[in-house]
Amino acid sequence: MKKQTKPKLSERLRTWDAGSFDLTEAIDPDPPVPVTEYDLRAEDLPPLARLGDRQVRGFRRIYPWLAAILAAVLVTILLSAVLDLPPYGAAENPPHNEVMERYVARGLAETGAVNTVSGVILDYRAFDTLGESHVLYTAATAVLVLLLSASGGRDEPPSVRRIMEGDPILRNTARVVVPIVLLFGVYVILNGHLGPGGGFAGGAILGGGLILYVIAFGFEPMEKLISGRVYRRGITAALCFYSGAKCYSFFCGANHLETIFQNGTPGAILSAGLILPLNIAVGLIVALTMYGFYSMFQRGRI
Amino acid sequence: MSFAANIPLFSIVLCLLASAVSALLRARAAAWVTRVLTALVAFGSVLVLLMGIKNGAAVTYQMGHFPAPWGNELRFGILEPLVSGIFAVVLLSCVVGGNKELQRDIEPAKQNLYFVMVDLILATLLALLYTNDLFTGYVFIEICTIASCGILMIRRLGRTTLAAVRYMIFSLIGSGMFMLGIIFLYSLTGHLLMPNLKSAVAALWASGESHTPLMMAMCLITLGLCIKSGLFPFHFWMPDTYGYSTPCSAGILSGLVSKGYIFLLIRIIRCVFGVEVFYASGIQTVLYVLGIAGMIVGSISAIRENEVFRMIAFSSAAQIGYIYMGLGLSPALGTVAAIFHILTHAITKPALFLSASRLVEVSGGRKRFKALQGAAHRDPMAGTAFAVGSLSMIGLPLTMGFIAKYLFAFAAFRENRLLLPTLLALAISTVLNTFYFARTLIRVYNTRGVTPVPPVRLRAQPGFAFAAILLMAENIACGVLAQPLIEMLTKGLSILE
Repeated sequence: MKKQTKPKLSERLRTWDAGSFDLTEAIDPDPPVPVTEYDLRAEDLPPLARLGDRQVRGFRRIYPWLAAILAAVLVTILLSAVLDLPPYGAAENPPHNEVMERYVARGLAETGAVNTVSGVILDYRAFDTLGESHVLYTAATAVLVLLLSASGGRDEPPSVRRIMEGDPILRNTARVVVPIVLLFGVYVILNGHLGPGGGFAGGAILGGGLILYVIAFGFEPMEKLISGRVYRRGITAALCFYSGAKCYSFFCGANHLETIFQNGTPGAILSAGLILPLNIAVGLIVALTMYGFYSMFQRGRI
Repeated sequence: MSFAANIPLFSIVLCLLASAVSALLRARAAAWVTRVLTALVAFGSVLVLLMGIKNGAAVTYQMGHFPAPWGNELRFGILEPLVSGIFAVVLLSCVVGGNKELQRDIEPAKQNLYFVMVDLILATLLALLYTNDLFTGYVFIEICTIASCGILMIRRLGRTTLAAVRYMIFSLIGSGMFMLGIIFLYSLTGHLLMPNLKSAVAALWASGESHTPLMMAMCLITLGLCIKSGLFPFHFWMPDTYGYSTPCSAGILSGLVSKGYIFLLIRIIRCVFGVEVFYASGIQTVLYVLGIAGMIVGSISAIRENEVFRMIAFSSAAQIGYIYMGLGLSPALGTVAAIFHILTHAITKPALFLSASRLVEVSGGRKRFKALQGAAHRDPMAGTAFAVGSLSMIGLPLTMGFIAKYLFAFAAFRENRLLLPTLLALAISTVLNTFYFARTLIRVYNTRGVTPVPPVRLRAQPGFAFAAILLMAENIACGVLAQPLIEMLTKGLSILE
């Protein structure tokens, strides 16, 4: 098997992609199949990269103009369509129909949630939100697939070390701010059915607090709270609870059975049936996912 | 309500639970979870299908305590469980047949994550088939997009990463357009539920008001799904995506994911735009023309390819063209032919990818045609599966491909629309298909200049043998006993509206 080296080719590639992503480096160092088969060949490259340097430069000169013209045409078409839409915020607009009416008029009685938005996303249209939380889970898994390093991130290169770590201003600010942020996150999650907030917003606040803590104090103290195992188990438990609880409630609803969850007194903390536990589950998923993203991007593991 | 009506909900939730649990499991256990899951889903789909045939009407399933325009809703007749059952069986054959390559291509620490993604893809396919709500469709399209990128880029090769980036960009443009289309539709009609949307769209179309935004919404939704499924001018992500991913992913992405989007488009044409409005808008002509262009350009690109995976990938672009040609041809028979071709391609393409990867494996891991000389003798099972798949793609009798092409021609004759261009496109495309598949078949069965080696035994590759036999049996069974299947599709399509 002859291994061909093509310096010219990689040179061309670099012209093509301005060196931002050297494909030849991304090739598995120890591939199970012969490298030559997966090596880049001239005819494999996109047509653009196959051109000579001068042609590429010529193409690059017209490319922005072509793109701009295309974008302008599309914007014109879209804008002309938008101008024909019903005026924004008018009372007789089509979305102000029986659907919205019932949400507003009977949402409190039917879901027990003072916050109508929570009532809609976690009770009326809970299937969509079940999908949404799995979007986050899928994204977290995809980041894991992309960034999980083979060494498990143990041999961190020094360049990845957080430059801000140990900064006194940051540390002292974080010492004051982080507990408040975390507490506020918990409040927003638990209060989701009573006022503005809910699992998505509160989870994002919690995740932000965790990330701020890690920036100031490093990953080591955080590992006592969130290790890789806790992260995985937490997300799995929250998702399983969410899917299971909603499956039960969908099943009961479709077959016209009573559920064991009662709406309770509107305004009380323990009310609105499943909405509070679901908010907690969503909050957990969002917070862990955000922290997981940061950790994966920083050091290739959680 | 019979118990079978609950099965779609249970199938979707089971897939979601399996994906969540698989994150904690070892790769072997996660693989078994996926296998059992797909088998259960297939079995459940059969029960739902039997219920649908018995009822002869579609069932709507209220998701929760609130009826449809306020809550979410599933809807299933005959078509949805039929397609979901076939999808589940194909997915099962992909993960079983591609298991060996999965272990070769994916780092051990990430193998369980692969099955997490596959479970999620099955969940989204089911949701896309069963949902009766446009926005739910969008949510699950998002999951499908990310999970598809995941099973693509999990193989650590330069080309695969590049392919994943390109696939993601195309796919996200498609999702964005779909979302914009939903926004337009919602501001025009105030509904997200399909039956309500349909009556509102029909009223709006008849009144002639807001014509531009309505056309825009239809164009954006159709175009978004066309880009995501790889219709002709947007098929450039295909060769690398299918050619450099692990064979199991190639099978899933080409056979199932792109078909899920097309099926959703058929649902939307029927249940949101309404057949009368859509086929009066002129969009179907664009689909028809692009479909034919895809059939021919895809085949020519496949002929010019000199390695086997990319050739099969370009052939996918051509097959997607067939499906869109059928959609553009007519709402009744043309769409039946298109759905039949969706099933044909879903069953055939994974078999081709899996068997080609075995042929490559016994040829020293080289994918160029030159290296594949006589490969079918080194692995007879893979050779047989590849031959059956190729003959089905060419459209020889006894295979599904024959019935599909027959149905396209039949639709053109019966409805007497666009007769000449359809027949001409079918003829040219079949000749081109024959050219590159027959060339490859001759190559893999010709032993001239190859030193004979003992062939790989069936027992040495139980997973692949299982998958190949399952897919071949399905292909030939559906090809021979096509009439009941076509009747089911016709009946299913008629109760879809």
